[in-house]
Amino acid sequence: MSVLVNKSSRIIVQGFTGSEGTFHATQMIEYGKEFNGAQVVGGVRPGKGGTTHLNLPVFDTVKDAVAATGANVSIIFVPPAGAANAILEAAEGGIELVVCITEGIPVKDMMKVKHALKGSKTRLIGPNCPGVISAGQAKVGIMPGFIFKEGRVGIVSKSGTLTYEAADQVAKAGLGISTAVGIGGDPIIGTTTKEAVELLMNDPDTDAIVMIGEIGGQLEADAARWIKADGNRKPVIGFIAGQTAPKGRRMGHAGAIIGGDDDTAAAKMRIMRENGITVVESPALIGETVAKVLGK
Amino acid sequence: MNIHEYQAKEILKSYGVRIQEGIVADTAEAAVEAARQLQASTGTEGWVVKAQIHAGGRGKGKTKETQQEGVKFCTSLEKVETVARNLLGNTLVTVQTGEQGRKVNKVLVAQDVYYKGESEPKEYYVAILLDRSKACNVIMASTEGGVEIEEVAKHTPEKIIKVWVDPIQGLQPEQVKEIADKLGLSGKAHEGMVEFITALYKAYDATDAIQFEINPCLKTSDNKIIAVDAKVNLDDNALFRQPALAAMRDLNEEDPLEVEASASGLNYVKLDGNVGCMVNGAGLAMATMDIIKLSGGEPANFLDVGGSANAQTVEAGFRIILKDPNVKAILINIFGGIVRCDRVANGVVEAYKKIGNINIPIIVRLQGTNAEEGARVIEESGLKVTSAILLKDAAEKVKQALAE
Repeated sequence: MSVLVNKSSRIIVQGFTGSEGTFHATQMIEYGKEFNGAQVVGGVRPGKGGTTHLNLPVFDTVKDAVAATGANVSIIFVPPAGAANAILEAAEGGIELVVCITEGIPVKDMMKVKHALKGSKTRLIGPNCPGVISAGQAKVGIMPGFIFKEGRVGIVSKSGTLTYEAADQVAKAGLGISTAVGIGGDPIIGTTTKEAVELLMNDPDTDAIVMIGEIGGQLEADAARWIKADGNRKPVIGFIAGQTAPKGRRMGHAGAIIGGDDDTAAAKMRIMRENGITVVESPALIGETVAKVLGK
Repeated sequence: MNIHEYQAKEILKSYGVRIQEGIVADTAEAAVEAARQLQASTGTEGWVVKAQIHAGGRGKGKTKETQQEGVKFCTSLEKVETVARNLLGNTLVTVQTGEQGRKVNKVLVAQDVYYKGESEPKEYYVAILLDRSKACNVIMASTEGGVEIEEVAKHTPEKIIKVWVDPIQGLQPEQVKEIADKLGLSGKAHEGMVEFITALYKAYDATDAIQFEINPCLKTSDNKIIAVDAKVNLDDNALFRQPALAAMRDLNEEDPLEVEASASGLNYVKLDGNVGCMVNGAGLAMATMDIIKLSGGEPANFLDVGGSANAQTVEAGFRIILKDPNVKAILINIFGGIVRCDRVANGVVEAYKKIGNINIPIIVRLQGTNAEEGARVIEESGLKVTSAILLKDAAEKVKQALAE
């Protein structure tokens, strides 16, 4: 199993022919070959429809790409000015899962996207995220695939490299990953921490969940309260980055800024503990804590 | 991006928001001239001289050198001159600046708007900001103006009116009317508030703002609604399509090291600690700061060198960290995914040699693709650099370095 993406996912790349799109599409194609998993079936670049790139067909629109390839997943590398429209185009084209890697999309654009997607069958992951990987099945993102050993631990994270760190520690503890979901570090994102945790909670092939958050916003607290209300069905191991971050300063990610007393790392960690989550103070102890909690 | 009060008011005025009129000045003589001009154009008989810095609490703050309050009401041109002279070029310390304070380079000379008339002037609070959890903008208003809204929220939260705006439909006239009703306004003042909020939202939307705070928003004695102060925060991600607003950035308000870092394309935030760090990725960078603290140090900075940690970015990062005299050790933490660790290690060695003469311990933790080769490059370089692969080892080595 796994969540969001699996071996039968059919992926298109929006912003296929740009340098980022080309580089990461190549990596995703190789991942698909290595594991006989999810395939990249084509890409979109307005004005270049009918040509080929990386031996795959290029289309002018998502709608054309879906009609010709049966794609159900899209990954977006379109620059910030056009990224919001690319997400909406994917949704209108009938894509079920849109993963937006683009960093730097204006908040106003994302507000409109978020509201436009309400009630649609399209799920958005990101933006400003590393993407989604179901180990050994499908890589729809920019993460280095080899770090994610196959296994039964799910990850939900706002951060890219910290996700790789966690996955690597989990592997070194002798365990592996079912699906890792990078939800993104922007103030407005498509899929929240709680929604991603819920997917993994309901996944029969996930035994435990690593939840990695950071300062700013209420997503981790909302997820923690839901986890308890849902009956703490699976162990959740949590970490919040930014225990030493000053108030009111943006720490790299557009959303990583402490606004008040309730979105500090300390406040989030307290709420997570109160709701039955095993919180690690040190990011160096994520892997061994997962192993300990699972009795391995 | 934050901008000054005088810039914020220029923006508001251009969208038809009524403001307390003022003229910005950077010398005492210009301040007096500004006061004269305001008298001629508005008939005002008093002036407020306001220090222009990117921090709140100016009214209660004082300059280090002259003990001058950052906002001062003046009844004569002589007084305007004295206050401007006391502020300009001096360092204003407020609750928000920290004890180092901020240098005042400009003052805003503004008209007196608390004049006597048919009714008592009254201060209100009006703000528009991004509500992250609802993914839309919220308008907040209160009859408790002129005080910190956090205090109102804590003690009398029922006095804060909140109205959420649908991002697709936009602000509706009946929502604006509702706010003016709930503020207890009537007649001309009610009309004025409706106009004020409508124009304010238009300005907010058009400028890609994420926060507008008008505190106080004044009902004058002749029932006009005007912005007396204005705090504006713009969305950094939207500056690419707002060139006129991007040009309002005041580098004097930023830490010089942060300005230098951003010119090199590095994401750097200066902090007060003793251990510098250089990391790829914002989340891992924050986590690395936390590791430093858990190892008994204090982070001297946040620094994300981005996805491709190469010799140039590492060198630029080194140079910026080393300019901070508080730094006693540096932890480099790179998770090599697509970028290979041995390449990063070579970059570190190259940058180190190029800078030369680094007298503090450096711990380089490289994990991911080719981690062992990376560690070997570091160990064999003969430099005063310690390598680590596991994050736990890196933490331990920071502890040792601080103990020595």
